Amino acid sequence: MNAAPIKLKSREAPLLQVKGLKKHFAMSKPFLNRLLEGGEQQTVKAVDGLDLDIPRGQTLSLVGESGCGKSTVARLIMGLSSPSGGSILFDGADISRAPAGQPADIRRRMQMIFQDPYASLNPRWRVADIIAEPLRTYGMCASRQEQRREVDRLLEFVGLNAKDGDKFPHEFSGGQRQRISIARAISTKPEFLVCDEPTSALDVSVQAQILNLMREMQRELGLTYLFISHDLAVVNFMSDWIGVMYLGRLVEVSPAAELFANPQHPYTRLLLDTIPDLEMSKRDRQPAAGEVPNPINPPPGCHFRPRCALANERCRREAPVLRVYDGGVSASCHAVEEGRANEPITVQASAAQSLRAAV
Amino acid sequence: MALLEVENLKVEFPTRKGVLTAVDNVSFNVEQGEILGVVGESGAGKSMTGAAVIGLLEPPGRIGGGQIRLDGKRIDNLSPDEMRKIRGRHIGAIFQDPLTSLNPLFTVGEQLVETIRTHLPMSAADAKKRAIGWLAEVGIPAPDRRFDQYPHQFSGGMRQRVVIALALCAEPRLIIADEPTTALDVSVQAQIIALLKRVCRERNAAAILVTHDMGVIAETADRVAVMYAGRLAEIGPVAHVLQKPSHPYTAGLMGSIPRVGPRPKRLIQIEGSMPRLTDIPSGCAFNPRCPKVFAECHRIRPELRPVADGAAACLLYEGVTQ
Ligand SMILES: Nc1ncnc2c1ncn2[C@@H]1O[C@H](COP(=O)(O)OP(=O)(O)OP(=O)(O)O)[C@@H](O)[C@H]1O
Ligand SMILES: Nc1ncnc2c1ncn2[C@@H]1O[C@H](COP(=O)(O)OP(=O)(O)OP(=O)(O)O)[C@@H](O)[C@H]1O
Ligand code: SF4
Ligand code: SF4
Ligand SMILES: [Mg+2]
Ligand SMILES: [Mg+2]
Repeated sequence: MNAAPIKLKSREAPLLQVKGLKKHFAMSKPFLNRLLEGGEQQTVKAVDGLDLDIPRGQTLSLVGESGCGKSTVARLIMGLSSPSGGSILFDGADISRAPAGQPADIRRRMQMIFQDPYASLNPRWRVADIIAEPLRTYGMCASRQEQRREVDRLLEFVGLNAKDGDKFPHEFSGGQRQRISIARAISTKPEFLVCDEPTSALDVSVQAQILNLMREMQRELGLTYLFISHDLAVVNFMSDWIGVMYLGRLVEVSPAAELFANPQHPYTRLLLDTIPDLEMSKRDRQPAAGEVPNPINPPPGCHFRPRCALANERCRREAPVLRVYDGGVSASCHAVEEGRANEPITVQASAAQSLRAAV
Repeated sequence: MALLEVENLKVEFPTRKGVLTAVDNVSFNVEQGEILGVVGESGAGKSMTGAAVIGLLEPPGRIGGGQIRLDGKRIDNLSPDEMRKIRGRHIGAIFQDPLTSLNPLFTVGEQLVETIRTHLPMSAADAKKRAIGWLAEVGIPAPDRRFDQYPHQFSGGMRQRVVIALALCAEPRLIIADEPTTALDVSVQAQIIALLKRVCRERNAAAILVTHDMGVIAETADRVAVMYAGRLAEIGPVAHVLQKPSHPYTAGLMGSIPRVGPRPKRLIQIEGSMPRLTDIPSGCAFNPRCPKVFAECHRIRPELRPVADGAAACLLYEGVTQ
C-alpha cells in the first residue's frame, strides 16, 4: 500500500468543485435597537465567495478560528443548508440547489461525520439500526439478512465487534461511538466524506485510533475527504491540501507540506504560531494578536486588516482575491502579490498586552 | 515544605453496586510558584483530584482516605464554611465551563468587586479600580464599559477570561485550573495559557493545570503528573515525561499525538480503551493495553517508585523479573 498522496492526474476533474459559494444570514436586531440605531439590516457573511477544488482520493482540510465558516461550508456541501450564491459540483453535477438527500444517486456518494459522537447517534436506537439507516434510505440491501450481514461487516471494518450491533450508544465510549458514526457514514459506500472536527471531542489516544482508521479507509476505499479541524497537527497528519479560512473567505490554499514549510498569508503565519510546541518546553508562545474577529459587518477591503502587520492603504480599499503562485500555492493578500510579505512579521501587541499597564 | 501536599488521596463514590474508587492512593506535592500539569484519558480521575483539593467534590463523591495539606495544615477535614474561606483567598478555581463560575444575575463587575472585597481589605472604589484592572489584564477590551455588563453579554472566550480574573483577583497562592481552555478557540487558547502562566509567574502563584492538551503542558508546566484509571502512572519534570517517558502508558500517549513536520504513515496507537472503574483488572491497571506486559503484571499492582528525576508506577522499574 502506498502512503504517498495520490497525485492529481492532469485533466482529471476534481471530485468536488465549489465556485463562489456564499451563505449570508440575516441578523434581525431587537425592535428597539433598530428604532434607536437605524433600520439597517445586519448580515453575517458566514461564507463569502469560496472557491475550492478537492481532487479525487485526496484530503482537503479547512482550518481557521471559530466562526470563520468551516461548518457552514460543510453543511452547504451536504445540502443541509442552501447557499445564498455560487455553485457546488459533485463529479460534475451541480447539487447546490438540491436539498439534503437529493438527488439520491449523488447524495448516496457523500456522507458526513460530526464532531460530537454523543449527539449524532440516536440514543433510543440499537447500533445495528443506526448503521443500517442510510442503507434503508437508499434501498441498498435486498433483504434484512443482507442488511444485517452488511452491518456486521461494517462494525468489524471499523474495529468493533459484530455483536455490538445489538447494543445501544450509551454502552460505548466516545471513541467507540465515533467508530459507529464512521460505520454509518461509510455504509452507503460513499466516495466523499465530510468530517467536521471528527476527533475534537476525543482523547489523544482515542484520536490516534480514529485518525489511523480514517487514513486506512482512504487508502483501501479511495475516499475523498473534506476534513475540518482546529488542530493544525491533526490537519498535517490528514491532509494533502489545506485551506485557511478567515471570516468566510479563503485566504490561502496550499499543499499541506508547503503550507507548513512556507506559509504565505499573514493570517496563516499567525495560525502556525499558535501551534503548541511539544519539543521545546516552557517556551513563551507568541499568542495570536487581537480578538477573534466579529463576522457581522467585517471591515471593507481585506477582512484581516485590523490584525495585520503588513496592512497598508490598498488593503483598506481593495479586497484581495485568491491568486495562484508556484507549487500549487494560492493566497489572497496584496502583500504576497506585491512580494513584500516575506520579511518576518512582527506580531502586533495584543489588547491584553497594551492594557496590562492599567493594573 | 511544599505549598500543597497530597498524600495517599482516595476519592470514592458509594453506589448500589458497591463503592467505586475514582482516585486511588494518589500522592504528589506542589511547590510554591510551581505549575503542575495533570494529564490522562477521560475518566482517569483528574477532575476528582482537583475537586478534592479545593473541597468541591459533589456528593455522593467523598474523600475516602489520605490527607491534603496547604502550608502544612490539613484542609481535607475542614467544615464547608472554613473551606469556603480558603477558596478564593488561598486557592482559586477555573473550570472548563465558565458559566459554572459566574452568576448570571450579577454584572461581571459586581462579581469581581464582591470577590475582591471578601478577601482583601479595600474600599469599594479601590476594588472597582482593581476589578477593571483585572478585566484589562485578562485581555477584555474596553474594560470600564464591560464592567457593567452581565455574563450573557460576553462571548465564551470572554467569559473564560472573566472567570480567570475572578479566580485570580484575591491573589490566591494556588490555582486549580481544570481544562481552562478546552471550550475556547485555538488562537484564544494560546492567549489564555500565556496569561495564566504570566500571572502565576509574576505573583509567584502555584497552579494545578488539568488538561488533555500536551502542547499546553509542554509550554506551561514545570512538572507533569500522568493519571491512568484513578492512579498516578508517572510524575516528573515536564521535559523528562514528555521526551523520555518512563511508563509505557505515557510513551503510548506521547506517540499518539500528531505533530507538525514530516507526517508518519500511522500514528502510534494504544489499542483498546481505559477500563471502567467497575472492571479494573488485577495487577497493573494498564496490563490489557501494555506493549511491554509480562506475567507478573497480571498479579502485582505497581507502586510509584523513583525513576530518573521523577517517579513511575510500573513493574519494569521495581526489579520484578520478566
Ligand atoms: N443558522 C445561523 N444563523 C445565523 N448565523 C449563523 C448560523 N449558522 C452559523 N452562523 C454564523 O456563521 C458564522 C460561521 O459559523 P460556522 O459554524 O460555520 O463556523 P466554524 O468555522 O465552523 O466555527 P467553529 O470552529 O466554532 O465550529 C458564525 O459567525 C456563526 O455565528
Ligand atoms: N457521581 C459519580 N458517580 C460515580 N462515578 C463517578 C461520578 N462522578 C465521576 N465518576 C467517575 O470518577 C472517575 C473520575 O472522573 P473524573 O471526572 O475525575 O475524570 P477526568 O480525568 O477529569 O476525565 P475528563 O478528562 O473526562 O474530565 C470517572 O471514571 C467517572 O466515571
Ligand atoms: S491584503 Fe493587506 S491586510 Fe490583508 S493580509 Fe495582505 S497585507 Fe494584510
Ligand atoms: S507494570 Fe507491566 S503492564 Fe503495567 S505498565 Fe509496567 S510493564 Fe506494562
Ligand atoms: Mg464548526
Ligand atoms: Mg475532568
